Amino acid sequence: MTDNTKKSDTATELLSFLVGGQDYSVDIMSVREIRGSAKATSLPHAPPFVRGVINLRGTVLPLIDLAARLGLETGQDTDRNVIIVVDLGERTVGLMVDAVSDILAIPEEDMQAPPDMAADETHNFVSALTIVDGRMIRILDLNAIMPDQNEEAA
Amino acid sequence: MSDPMEEIRASYFVECEELLESLQDGLQQMDDGHDDSETINVVFRAVHSIKGGAGAFGLDDLVKFAHRFETAMDEVRAGRFVPDSAAIKLFFQCADILADLVRAARDDAVIPESITNPVLDTLDEMVGTSEEVEEEIEFAPMVLNLDLGGGGASGLPDLPGLPALSGLPDLPGLPDLPGLPDLPGLPELDSALPLPPASPAGQTDNSGNQLNHFRILFSPENSLYSSGNEPLYLLRALRDLGEIKVRCDTSTLPGLGDLNPENGYLSWIIELSTEENQTTVREVFEFVDGLCDLDIATADDTALIAENAVAPQPELTVTAEPDTSAARLPDLVPEIADILPDVTPEPEVAPALDKEPEPMDTSTAEYDAQSAAGAQSSAKATPTQPRATVRVDLERIDRLVNLVGELVINQAMLSQSVAETSLPQNSPVQTGLEEFLQLTRDIQESVMMIRAQPIKSLFQRMSRIVRESSAMLGKDVRLFTDGENTEVDKTVIERLADPLTHMIRNAVDHGLESTADRIATGKEPVGHVTLTANHRSGRIVIDVTDDGAGINREKVRQIAINKELIAADAQLSDTDIDNLLFLPGFSTADKVSNLSGRGVGMDVVKSAILGLGGRISISSVEGKGTTFSISLPLTLAVLDGMVVQVAGETLVVPLNAIIETLTLTEDDLRALGPQTHVVQIRGGFDPLLDLGAELGYRAPKDSYIGDIVLLIGQEDGKRAALVVDAIEDQRQVVIKGLEASYGRVAGIAAATILGDGQIALILDPVDLVSEATGRTRVPPKHLSIAG
Repeated sequence: MTDNTKKSDTATELLSFLVGGQDYSVDIMSVREIRGSAKATSLPHAPPFVRGVINLRGTVLPLIDLAARLGLETGQDTDRNVIIVVDLGERTVGLMVDAVSDILAIPEEDMQAPPDMAADETHNFVSALTIVDGRMIRILDLNAIMPDQNEEAA
Repeated sequence: MSDPMEEIRASYFVECEELLESLQDGLQQMDDGHDDSETINVVFRAVHSIKGGAGAFGLDDLVKFAHRFETAMDEVRAGRFVPDSAAIKLFFQCADILADLVRAARDDAVIPESITNPVLDTLDEMVGTSEEVEEEIEFAPMVLNLDLGGGGASGLPDLPGLPALSGLPDLPGLPDLPGLPDLPGLPELDSALPLPPASPAGQTDNSGNQLNHFRILFSPENSLYSSGNEPLYLLRALRDLGEIKVRCDTSTLPGLGDLNPENGYLSWIIELSTEENQTTVREVFEFVDGLCDLDIATADDTALIAENAVAPQPELTVTAEPDTSAARLPDLVPEIADILPDVTPEPEVAPALDKEPEPMDTSTAEYDAQSAAGAQSSAKATPTQPRATVRVDLERIDRLVNLVGELVINQAMLSQSVAETSLPQNSPVQTGLEEFLQLTRDIQESVMMIRAQPIKSLFQRMSRIVRESSAMLGKDVRLFTDGENTEVDKTVIERLADPLTHMIRNAVDHGLESTADRIATGKEPVGHVTLTANHRSGRIVIDVTDDGAGINREKVRQIAINKELIAADAQLSDTDIDNLLFLPGFSTADKVSNLSGRGVGMDVVKSAILGLGGRISISSVEGKGTTFSISLPLTLAVLDGMVVQVAGETLVVPLNAIIETLTLTEDDLRALGPQTHVVQIRGGFDPLLDLGAELGYRAPKDSYIGDIVLLIGQEDGKRAALVVDAIEDQRQVVIKGLEASYGRVAGIAAATILGDGQIALILDPVDLVSEATGRTRVPPKHLSIAG
């Protein structure tokens, strides 16, 4: 999670969404907007999870297929796909997800670190877990989503 | 520190940059043999103004250095020291240090005296000024000698402190002045002057301009004040005409008891040196005609010189606002201190008193008691009318550029939707749209012009690099520049500084032979490095040329083989060998010098230039020299492109890269290997590249017959044919960088937004072609370019 020190006594607000049939969420403070799907212009030599770039009111926005990034099964694209525009430090990217579910307020103490286990790819992207209405929600570590410059340049 | 102060400080540093630029200019001119007084004055004034501002902000280091530099320049200006080329070199060095000090002061850094002092000592030694004397003058009190109206001192009985003041014993240049036996009293002088002749007597000053000298007696009547006129404005108007010296005659000022606040008591004696004729001067007083006693006379030469010599003494130099002067002179002129606050609220007299500082303040501020002559000509600084300019925050311009970019996209969208409504060709909507298109282009160009600035500042930095590196290497090098007024986008200039610095150092270090070698080969001992800029077909081309030995191709080749950059039996053309210099890790210098040759060199330069959308090429003639040529886009914001379709994707190919387009026939196409083809165009064979396959959009096709190809030309004359599916349009597109949001993509320069709101990628054909050819050489995995 990002910096929570200021609101340790209050709950963290999370935006939860569905990706590859599973529940994920991100800190709502890093979400800039949610928009409908758009046709992306594909980038040559890009990793498979980079769908390409889309036009967000004049800005070139990289679009990440989150299901592919997380190693989940990618369903076929529908018009119902949603793009969550998030800030990653100085960069802004779009995350393509199946659907946005809810906004949750989760108190700090209800969040657990993911248990240590043999790391598959997805494990690296989850910073915490929580349970809401009997469903496990994974909280994404956004900084792990976007590959660093050197990795993608190769 | 409060905000306004910060702002003033910031603008001082901006001014400093300008002053440093004109200082460089001036020194360059002196170096080129223009030693006229105007040039020297420019240099002097630049240093002087920097010092003045620095003093105001308490930047002591800067003041100290600037002061001694100024002193030296003053010697030059006074003709007591005639600089030779070595001296000018030293002046350049001083200017460089001054620039460093200014920047250090700006960034709150400190430059140790160990750097500045040796230079200063050399300077003092050379010019023959001694520090002690100057130091003393430096701290002499600000001159505050009140004008006594020439010889009319006695006319002011109630200013008791004045005689002492005019003595000013600690002005070494002046001690004998008060004693001048034939100090002409004002009345005599006036009568001695000829009355206005029909054609004013003209004389030529050093700078070659025809100057007329006038002596104007201006005594406002009370009605002038009561009709709302303000002598200050008249004096200012005169100041705008030329060099001006104003004296206020206060001799009719009565004692406080007799003073009628409704009356004006002051009159002015103005000496004006201007290029204008008498009519123009008289026009200044047009509106107060009949409200004052006015006498405009052409001052003859001798009278003027006499006046000048006397100037510091009788000249009225009440410094600041009336209350300030009152505060400064409490014990000297108690009466005035009393008068002024009283008088201020009164409309008639107050402005009259108020205005005194105004026309004078330039001369007062400039007057730092160096010498009579010094004060005399520093007052000249006033009337040079600068070109009207506005300083604008770069961020604001960028915002404007972005907005215009959006406008262009919007306009494209609009055109597209109008086209879809299938209106008749000549409908008013269509014509209106065309005009709109024209206007958008015009706006865009104008906005780009705002960002553009002369490349001069960059060239000046380079001249410093040449000076420093040649001094370090003990080579005698002269830098010639041409086309320094060529305008380039500011961003380009900024990002060009590092690569160009490197190239210049290379030219001095590796390009030019040592002085001994030059003499041995019968060349002029002084090496020449030439830096030129010019516009060529929508790009700016910057050449760095040296007249050195040229590239030793055999040596280059040998080094490349030794470093296993090429195979020992590789067949390379001269151009190929030259281009080896751009390979990473290549260094030809036998010994690693302090300046260049650390193995990071031309490859870094090349990638910096490529990053700007530019190209770099070399041409070299053995024994004659080497030229590095950089070609850059004028702006990083827009480009003309051809919109093409490849494998369902829309791409933009920069128009300037395309030589021609053609449809392939069976005859054009030749198979080179199983996967590779060449195209035979006009007798030449060019590699065929399938754009869709190169970008990974699709597998290579079996046959390319009937396909459209774009023939791409590179700076070095290499060509390649790119297969595309369709050509859609040709239009201007706004460049949107990909690097910030995503990262560098091989073969892609940037992105843009098309009329339908979709993003299209802008191809970097040269990168793509070199990528592709690079890949064939190293088959399995292609090398990455980006770091």
